[in-house]
Amino acid sequence: MNYSDTSIAATTPFLSLENVRKTYPGVVALDGFSMEVRPGEVIGLVGENGAGKSTLMKILGGVTTPDTGTITVDGTAHKGLSVEGSLGSGIAFVHQELNLFENLDVAANIFFGREPLRAGPLRLVDRAKLREMVAPLLKRVGANFSADTQVADLSLAQQQMVEIAKALSIKAKLVILDEPTSSLPLAETDKLLDVIKALKADGISVIFISHRLHEIERVADRVVVLRDGMLAGTLGKRDINHDQMVKLMIGRMLKEREKASEAARAPGAVALSAKAVRTPTYPSRPVDLDVRRGEILGLAGLVGSGRTELARVFFGIEASLGGTLELNGKPLTLASAADAVAQGIFLVPEDRKLTGILLDLSIAQNISLPNLPAHAKRTLVSNSAEAATAEKQKKNLGIKAPSVQTRTGTLSGGNQQKVVLGKWLAMNPKVMILDEPTRGIDIGAKAEIYGLMRALADAGVAVLMISSDMEEVIGVSDRIAVMHEGQISGILDKDHFSQENVLLLAVGKPAN
Amino acid sequence: MTKKDLGLLILILVVGAIVAVINPRFLLPINLANTSNLIGLFGILSIGQAFVIITGGIELSVGSVVALLGTLFIDFIAVRGMGWPIAFVLILVLGAIIGLAHGWLITRLKLQPFVVTLCGLLIYRGVARFYTADGTAGFAFGQNFPDLEFLTAGRSWGVPNSFFALIVIAIVMWVVLHRSVFGRYLYAIGKNEEAAKYSGIRTGRVVMAAYVICGVLTALSAIYFAMYTRSISPASHGQFYELYAIAAAVLGGFSLRGGEGSLIGVILGTVLLQELQNLVNLLGIPSSLNFAVMGGVILIGVLVDQQWGVFRARRRMVDAARKGAVGAAAE
Repeated sequence: MNYSDTSIAATTPFLSLENVRKTYPGVVALDGFSMEVRPGEVIGLVGENGAGKSTLMKILGGVTTPDTGTITVDGTAHKGLSVEGSLGSGIAFVHQELNLFENLDVAANIFFGREPLRAGPLRLVDRAKLREMVAPLLKRVGANFSADTQVADLSLAQQQMVEIAKALSIKAKLVILDEPTSSLPLAETDKLLDVIKALKADGISVIFISHRLHEIERVADRVVVLRDGMLAGTLGKRDINHDQMVKLMIGRMLKEREKASEAARAPGAVALSAKAVRTPTYPSRPVDLDVRRGEILGLAGLVGSGRTELARVFFGIEASLGGTLELNGKPLTLASAADAVAQGIFLVPEDRKLTGILLDLSIAQNISLPNLPAHAKRTLVSNSAEAATAEKQKKNLGIKAPSVQTRTGTLSGGNQQKVVLGKWLAMNPKVMILDEPTRGIDIGAKAEIYGLMRALADAGVAVLMISSDMEEVIGVSDRIAVMHEGQISGILDKDHFSQENVLLLAVGKPAN
Repeated sequence: MTKKDLGLLILILVVGAIVAVINPRFLLPINLANTSNLIGLFGILSIGQAFVIITGGIELSVGSVVALLGTLFIDFIAVRGMGWPIAFVLILVLGAIIGLAHGWLITRLKLQPFVVTLCGLLIYRGVARFYTADGTAGFAFGQNFPDLEFLTAGRSWGVPNSFFALIVIAIVMWVVLHRSVFGRYLYAIGKNEEAAKYSGIRTGRVVMAAYVICGVLTALSAIYFAMYTRSISPASHGQFYELYAIAAAVLGGFSLRGGEGSLIGVILGTVLLQELQNLVNLLGIPSSLNFAVMGGVILIGVLVDQQWGVFRARRRMVDAARKGAVGAAAE
């Protein structure tokens, strides 16, 4: 192992796992795993979905106990932790899905169930004392909001700060952040990374789990990589870089990021054209945008800049408040998503589980749903036709499932996303809109989805990709349109791609 | 037939056997014929309700519609001298219009199904009572409609024709619900209306169609009920029938959240409800306890079903966790 930061290496670890093994009937989820976390150390924990991260988290949270191995916390060795034991020894979790009461204010959330009470039989909450107790915690996480703010009024990053403040309030010595940035926009991610640095400065250890490797690069002192339940490797501060992490995660080098497309491709004819379209969210901001055949147009911008709303208008879910839409030069009227689908305009929505697929239906039923009459004889659904279409997409997309009759709810996020793609690919897309297509998806499936988008573009489909992941926007797009407060603030062509330019446009400043 | 349906069938047989042992009159042809007639009438009503419930909606005006359309039907043929086939079709059309109006209010004006149909419940009963000036609609002495009476209240080979009607309707609706494109849409919308919409389904039209189907089947049963009772006092005729229909669907495995349930289930639910009614009569239980017995049985049934569901979900989660872990190890 390679500790570049000698001051950290010198101290005794707060947490150490030795030779931990955990099996579930038929599988080894974690095997011979050892790691150490020193006070004030930020550990980046990466690994593909199914690599054993969740099992490790369950062991640290005391939800499950390992079969063999020892866990030493603060000098005390345990065979396994209990939930109370984990909390009691100062391990706190901040999950991707936040556990806050949106209808209560910040202070009430942080000390929920532990409110300071006033004397007297009514046991009223001592608001003044509560505020006093909350103030230093908020200061430590660098909060720019007050203790009286309703949680519902906070941004996602701010809500995460509340969660971290909650962790601090129980005097946590180790804060485990589970994919905290996966739904954060760029600017907010920076704030969160700053909070991690502040925790480190206070001597608190952090385990930071993320699929966004450049964030790990920025904050981690050490990176622990899991693969197939085993420690694939550890990277010291100096060795942390994107390619090394990926290599350890998948056990091989990814082929060079799609460079083939870099050769200037001749732009195709305009497929979908929006002229002065206005969305209900930004009724006074007209949008002009052309998506060409054969290109991937990246649509970047901060969360709330109106990208999803624009996609909803293009897909007929929401009506435009004015302006016109054209498809291949012909005027287009969309009264519903059904109209868009009939025209070959498809949307892979942002929220897979709520709008992308029906979790209770099988893969085959999901894939046939938008085109069901074509899978029916005299209005009666033909199960064999349905299965045949699904089999084709399953093979084509590499959907990992026992059969096409499997419930989609049991699939992993990446495979669910492939089902969403499959239902549209089985039809004949002219315009494909993808809203955050790789959110919460592991790195292998991500690469496959990028490949699919490229293949679609090469086949002459106009692809519009909304993404908050900077690497993705720059790495995948042929052109990038950036939105700022409901309007297109600029369009970048390949020569002007840079993180800086996208960010400048996203905050409403001109690009370089 | 699902396991749920099978469980219900076994319950029906067990209850039947117990009643038959205690009071052998249960198996007399006259008792079975009467009960199957009621099963036919309530079954048609319940199938309509089931189509609405599967979309996650509810239709509370059913009982009042039975009263209003029944009153109108008798009035049309007994007082206004309309030919019964014309009156028959007209009543079905009126049922469709009522369903269409409810569906329109719910899907286009985004009103809640409970509110819309609750208002319907009050309005139609009020209109029915006003129409007869709070009197009774019935046939004059000696008025006969042999064909109509045979089709609705008659028997073939000792079995009530209303029961045959139910079987025909059940077969048709089974195909519609479980095999057709429309049926698949209904399930998809019931499970997750947003996702169905994002798959390009015109969800508004499908939901509206479900209310129209419910309206038409309710109208049909209204005619059957009218010909069964032969005289209608709109103040009480059909009261609580919406609850019988909802209870049958719920007993048959329908979830009020939508997206769940089978046609066989709702039929078996109706059979069980009528069997319980019969049980109350035959076992000498005070008829005032009628509703209490039904409520108790439905509560127990739903409770058992729900606990079973929790058990299965837990098992499925364990299985999925195992499979997921196996998949991860295989990768």
